[in-house]
Amino acid sequence: MPLSSRGVGPTAIVDYGLCNLASVARALRHLGSEPVITSDPDELRAASRVVLPGVGAFGTAMANLRERALIAPLQEYAASGRPLIGLCLGMQLLMDESDEGGLHRGLGIIAGRCARLPRAPGYKVPHIGWSGLEPAARPWTGTVLGRSAPGDTLYFVHSFHVLPVDERDVLAYTTYGALRYCSVLARGSVYGCQAHPEKSSRTGLALLESFLSL
Amino acid sequence: MIRIIPRLDIKGPNVVKGVHLEGLRVLGRPELFAARYYEEGADELLYMDTVASLYGRNNLAEIVERTAEQIFVPLTVGGGLRSVEDVRSILRAGADKVAINTAAVANPRLISEVADAFGSQCMVLSVEARRLPTGAYECMTDNGRENSGREVAAWVEEAVRLGAGEILLTSVDREGTGKGYDLELTRLIADAADVPVIACGGAGSVEDVQRAIVEGHADAVCMASILHYGALQSMQHADYGDEGNVDFLKRKIPLAARSEHGRRGIEPVSLVELKRRLRELGSPCR
Repeated sequence: MPLSSRGVGPTAIVDYGLCNLASVARALRHLGSEPVITSDPDELRAASRVVLPGVGAFGTAMANLRERALIAPLQEYAASGRPLIGLCLGMQLLMDESDEGGLHRGLGIIAGRCARLPRAPGYKVPHIGWSGLEPAARPWTGTVLGRSAPGDTLYFVHSFHVLPVDERDVLAYTTYGALRYCSVLARGSVYGCQAHPEKSSRTGLALLESFLSL
Repeated sequence: MIRIIPRLDIKGPNVVKGVHLEGLRVLGRPELFAARYYEEGADELLYMDTVASLYGRNNLAEIVERTAEQIFVPLTVGGGLRSVEDVRSILRAGADKVAINTAAVANPRLISEVADAFGSQCMVLSVEARRLPTGAYECMTDNGRENSGREVAAWVEEAVRLGAGEILLTSVDREGTGKGYDLELTRLIADAADVPVIACGGAGSVEDVQRAIVEGHADAVCMASILHYGALQSMQHADYGDEGNVDFLKRKIPLAARSEHGRRGIEPVSLVELKRRLRELGSPCR
């Protein structure tokens, strides 16, 4: 049975044994939310919002999600129309696949794949640091970037980036070296952000605040 | 965009500052400095427990916990971290990355263990470099006090292969002097390393910082004195306790005049002003 379009539970931060979830929780608490950190599929199904954070390797992350029986619940949740955001690796997991350390299937929630950032003179990989958001074709009003403006900077740490099949899924671009890549994704109520908004000062908190008020 | 990273050397409950990592002077509570730098646009913060190597443990967990509740930029913590368990507990307290020197030199496998457990992005190799009469650079340990016999470039290459995700490169010769970063050292390592190099030690002016970026090819810059003495000009420290050398704060020097009583060679500046002038000089920053 499909999930209802409204959840009754709190904002859920998905715990799949990889990263420092506490920093995401601290930022959400700072914004007045009371999130739960959980790996319980039932808590996910009940959640009114879901944050899928992520630091580490794509293959390990998917293996951990599988081990905790979280793949189907995340896919069902995404189809419910309730807000979901993947952060950093969590954004990449929304895609069909990634070839980080061999080809791995992702959650397949957004069509497309992940590719390695190309090296360029003066631009080391991983990309570590602050970069600006550039507008895409879609307006930001009413999205996770509702409180953001072009040029706002976020803190990034990544070696891979997403390539959505449908250009309309791109909410913002970021340029690093010669590459302009999708840094914020949106499809319905599903979002992805390649940066770490929980570590991006006021501009990052603004993004999370917008997510909490979707 | 270049990252500007204020460095807070912490001893007990206070921020301290010395020269060549020694002769420490108490400057005040880390929470006050951290909050100010966050408000002024610090891209990251670095906390170093200056006495940790001496006691064999890092004592910053509580300060890190309080910081992480209020400050939403990456926080790197170093000093006295000796094992994966030490790293786990300081990350749990709220650090995003750890900077490791002494324990990594003693046991290079620790670099791989930390990178495997928490990711390379978390494992910052801290290097304290001293220039030898031959012109080569040697890695020092234990806060610049002990020779390791390791040559800096070779050690950095090995550490990156083992999983270090960034290099915090401190010139012990320049540290606290305000004579400028060691540009030759910075360029040598920044050009050779595949991972970002954070230049540290010696900033006495905005121009020094600019040179570390343009001539030193640094990916990020770290500084303490110029920002701390700048901040002290407008900070009231009532609660620094009696521990350590508090003479500087106790002299009751009028706030506006404190900079003149700072270290020679240091031109104090606020973080906002530093970034504004770097942008003017052509180095983009946030």
